[in-house]
Amino acid sequence: MSGVLYLDGVSVVFDGFKALNNLSMIIEPGELRAIIGPNGAGKTTMMDIITGKTRPTAGTVQFADHDLTRLDEAAIANLGIGRKFQKPTVFDALTVFENLELALKAPRDPWSCLRWVLGADYQRRIEATMAEIGLADRAHDRAAILSHGQRQWLEIGMLLMQEPQLLLVDEPVAGMTDQETEHTAALLRRIAGQRSVVVVEHDLEFVRALGAKVTVMCEGTVLSEGSIDHVQNDQRVIEVYLGR
Amino acid sequence: MSATTITPAPRIQGGTILRGLLLAGLAILAMLPVLNRLPPESVLYVSDFVVAVSGKWICYGILALAIDLAWGYAGILSLGHGAFFALGGYAMGMHLMRLIGPRGVYGHPVLPDFMVFLGYTELPWPWWGFSSFPYAMLMALLVPGALAGIVGWLAFRSRITGVYLSIITQAMTYALMLAFFRNDMGFGGNNGFTDFKELLGVPLNTAGARAALFYAALVALGVSLLLCRLVTQSKLGRVLVAVRDAESRVRFLGYNTTSVKLSVFVLSAMLAGLAGALYVPLIGIINPGEFSPGNSIEAVIWVAVGGRGTLVGALLGAFSVNALKTWLTSFAPDLWLFVLGGLFVAVTLFLPRGLVGLLRKGEGR
Amino acid sequence: MTRFLRLLAVFLLFAAPLRAQEGFEAVVAGLAGGFAAQAEAVERLGALGDPRAVPILRALSEGRLQKSPEGALAIDGRDALTGAPAPTATEAIRINNRVRGALRGAFGRLELASASDAERAAAAAGLFRARSPENIQILEDALGREANPGVRATMERALAASRLAAPDAGVRRQGILMLGGTASPEARGLLLEARTASPDLAPEIDAAVAAIDQRLQLRRVAETAFQGLSLGSVLLLAALGLAVTFGVMGVINMAHGEMVMLGAYTTVVVQEAFRGIPWLFPWALPLSVPAAFLVTAAVGAGLERGLIRHLYGRPLETLLMTFGVGMILQQAVRLAFGAQNREVISPAWMQGVITLPGGVEVTQNRLWIIIFSLLVLGLTVAAIRFTRFGLEMRAVVQNRRIASTMGIRTGRVDAMTFAFGSGIAGMAGVALSQIDNVSPNLGTGYIIDSFMVVVFGGVGSLAGTMIGAFTLGLVNKLLEPWAGAVLAKIAVLVGIMLFIQRRPKGLFALKGRAAEQ
Repeated sequence: MSGVLYLDGVSVVFDGFKALNNLSMIIEPGELRAIIGPNGAGKTTMMDIITGKTRPTAGTVQFADHDLTRLDEAAIANLGIGRKFQKPTVFDALTVFENLELALKAPRDPWSCLRWVLGADYQRRIEATMAEIGLADRAHDRAAILSHGQRQWLEIGMLLMQEPQLLLVDEPVAGMTDQETEHTAALLRRIAGQRSVVVVEHDLEFVRALGAKVTVMCEGTVLSEGSIDHVQNDQRVIEVYLGR
Repeated sequence: MSATTITPAPRIQGGTILRGLLLAGLAILAMLPVLNRLPPESVLYVSDFVVAVSGKWICYGILALAIDLAWGYAGILSLGHGAFFALGGYAMGMHLMRLIGPRGVYGHPVLPDFMVFLGYTELPWPWWGFSSFPYAMLMALLVPGALAGIVGWLAFRSRITGVYLSIITQAMTYALMLAFFRNDMGFGGNNGFTDFKELLGVPLNTAGARAALFYAALVALGVSLLLCRLVTQSKLGRVLVAVRDAESRVRFLGYNTTSVKLSVFVLSAMLAGLAGALYVPLIGIINPGEFSPGNSIEAVIWVAVGGRGTLVGALLGAFSVNALKTWLTSFAPDLWLFVLGGLFVAVTLFLPRGLVGLLRKGEGR
Repeated sequence: MTRFLRLLAVFLLFAAPLRAQEGFEAVVAGLAGGFAAQAEAVERLGALGDPRAVPILRALSEGRLQKSPEGALAIDGRDALTGAPAPTATEAIRINNRVRGALRGAFGRLELASASDAERAAAAAGLFRARSPENIQILEDALGREANPGVRATMERALAASRLAAPDAGVRRQGILMLGGTASPEARGLLLEARTASPDLAPEIDAAVAAIDQRLQLRRVAETAFQGLSLGSVLLLAALGLAVTFGVMGVINMAHGEMVMLGAYTTVVVQEAFRGIPWLFPWALPLSVPAAFLVTAAVGAGLERGLIRHLYGRPLETLLMTFGVGMILQQAVRLAFGAQNREVISPAWMQGVITLPGGVEVTQNRLWIIIFSLLVLGLTVAAIRFTRFGLEMRAVVQNRRIASTMGIRTGRVDAMTFAFGSGIAGMAGVALSQIDNVSPNLGTGYIIDSFMVVVFGGVGSLAGTMIGAFTLGLVNKLLEPWAGAVLAKIAVLVGIMLFIQRRPKGLFALKGRAAEQ
């Protein structure tokens, strides 16, 4: 049921600046992949391309045989691609419960939303997720009053409610304590069993904790790929990170 | 078709004071036509003027609800809702004009006076069917709805938001005003429609007809309030709030925000059209001045004053600003524009949540 | 031939007054004689070219010239020559058709010899309408000594029309060729008339008509283009200040139209102040430009510091708030100056019409406004590109935090930028006072158009604003002939909405990361 994410020869040009340069990558179903790279390497732009926020200048982007370059953000999300942003964005005016309820996989057209009645099974799923992200006792607090880490968690919870086949997670542990970071790594590892997960992260310790295959990006293209030890010993990667 | 959730969450709602205020206000309004029938010597007697003015405010209240639904909940600040209001009014006006029949100055059995004056020989096609009341009412909802559908679809699909959308909607009402001022549009030019005779077989100039129209508007206000509440308390209402605060995030959750915004914008325009349709027989005139961009933005400030994002606030704002206007223009008309301008400044700078925010603070929430 | 004419002109110029002094009174006396003597006297007066003859001949033609038994001439009880009170026992002089014919010729000659350009042109226009072959000679003579190109053109048309009425086909052909060289709808009408009268010349006439049509078409295009440029320049002026405040700062100022209005009222005030000082009065308008800039810039700075800065990052609130400010400004001006329109007098050098080659007529004030709008655009661009203030402004726009760490006082830059944009609006007001009614709601008419220009051109691009303004002006004027002014305006509004579908960021869009903020 899960699909393959397939990027081939993707380039994006902003006013002459090549944000992505002939980028190719394949994410297998159920795979957990970490992407690292210096600032401006094109990591966020790559996520923008996959989720339909930005259109590529050239190249192919496919997920489970759907051409993502022709779909808008909502349609891509409904294909089962979920995204967590670098800056946590939850809906401040809504409660934790309502945030999760909105993310819940259910018909999303206005008429269905108007007639929506929360069934008991859905209610249980939301409660289970709240327990998983440690926000069970905050169900009816507005998201605005949550701490930074709790907002990160809530956003991950919303991703889970979407039941995506592919999760794109941008710097999930920024601003988290060590303990929270560890918890997050465990959660992502667990999720990866059923879904593909792509994590963009600066924190190499966290990447090591994930135990995933690592892709190093630089100047809009793939510099190196392999296990964390492999890429850490790659001469080109060292040059990029330490400077020539 | 229940839209409430079994979520045990306390919904963000007007406090008890506010709800009491709203109910008391509606109850007082409902009493006015009755008090109007008392002998003038009575302490409780209410003059025709007060009844007429409050009837007007009720229509403004519906318009304010419409604007609040789009702006307060979905973040769509339309500066063109006056156009939807006026279109609804024109639809009703066309019906009233057709009902004048041979009682016009020129005595033509079908054509309204201005058409005879302009040398029309037959009824232009947009006027067909308007002799029927249900058809006219339908048009009063459908025409504003269709216009909002077209403008909204064009704007939302190309992601025109914020001030751009405001300006576009303002340009829309401005363009319509220019168009309706033209005689050859076939809608009465700058004189518009007036001298109505009857509605549903009842002569309009009787106290009974005025009371009936008043109650019709009041019932429409109640229905609109319930409808808006249904929407805002449903999951759709929460999606709207989410769209207002972080539209792109909602899109990444898989919601087609274009259709979400479009549906609420169309509904809002139809409510504004309903308000206009009720307004015209109460006031007895409709002309292109109703399309003036100033009218739309004035209605927006009602909502801002009352407190956007709460339905009570919209009503409170519409009533209080108009009460202030009626009172002030009667003895210091020169001052009114200063006060209105000052309201725009004061509310945006000092009272972003409007009177409702102020009252809630008073309630300790 | 031309040499001869030139000699003749010189001769007439110097000789005529001499001869007039010698014989004028004697010739006038001839008017008291019989019909033949009258006709001869009239012709000689015409040939003399003395302007004193005009009132006498006019009185003769209108039956007001009287003669006493002694032969002295009087007009309305006064001596025709001296103007002294004349004896009462007089009788009116009657004339016959021959004398009338002579009078027409004499008038034509005398007026064609008048010292005033306007009178000579009017006389030639009269002869154009008279279309009599008798005038051919007179007109040829007059053309010989005419130096003013405008009057020459009128005379040539009159000559051509007169030739068209000649019995001789050769002369008529000459006339057709001459008329075919003009771009006058009247000439076209004459030619079409002549076509039925002289079928033998039909091919020549058709060619001439076609030539006129082509020239008229060209003129129409040129005039539409000018009107479009003129409207475009007005839009540019109105939008330029907004391009700074909205385009550069991102502040939506709904009181922008009121800044324009304040600029126009500054012009009124400056004019009133200078009214009592005659030598300064012609400079009132040029001096209003800096005055309006300063006044509106001060208002703008106050508005930004006092109110707008508290609402940065909340564009919708800013929109509503500034709308309220606009209302207050409007009402304040209404109470201070009255609701009725105020008159602003154009200086002489801005009045009147210039006729370009090809007969295109251009009003001076519109031409000046086009020039002025480009000057203001140039100044704006220069201020942003080449001044310290412009540099700081661009720095703050690009990255406020870094600019502030570099020691730029961002608050001051914000205030100055807003004051600058408002000042430009004020200068626009000075120009608009020349072509629009100066009333408290002057600005409301421009605010929507200005936003359309900025959005259409691309927010943040002055080049886009200019091209947007002129494009919208031209399109509007191109549509007007078939759609009418109101529908053209509506069509432009709808067109912009559809355009934004294709290019949501306008003509000159900023791309990439900077645009997504």
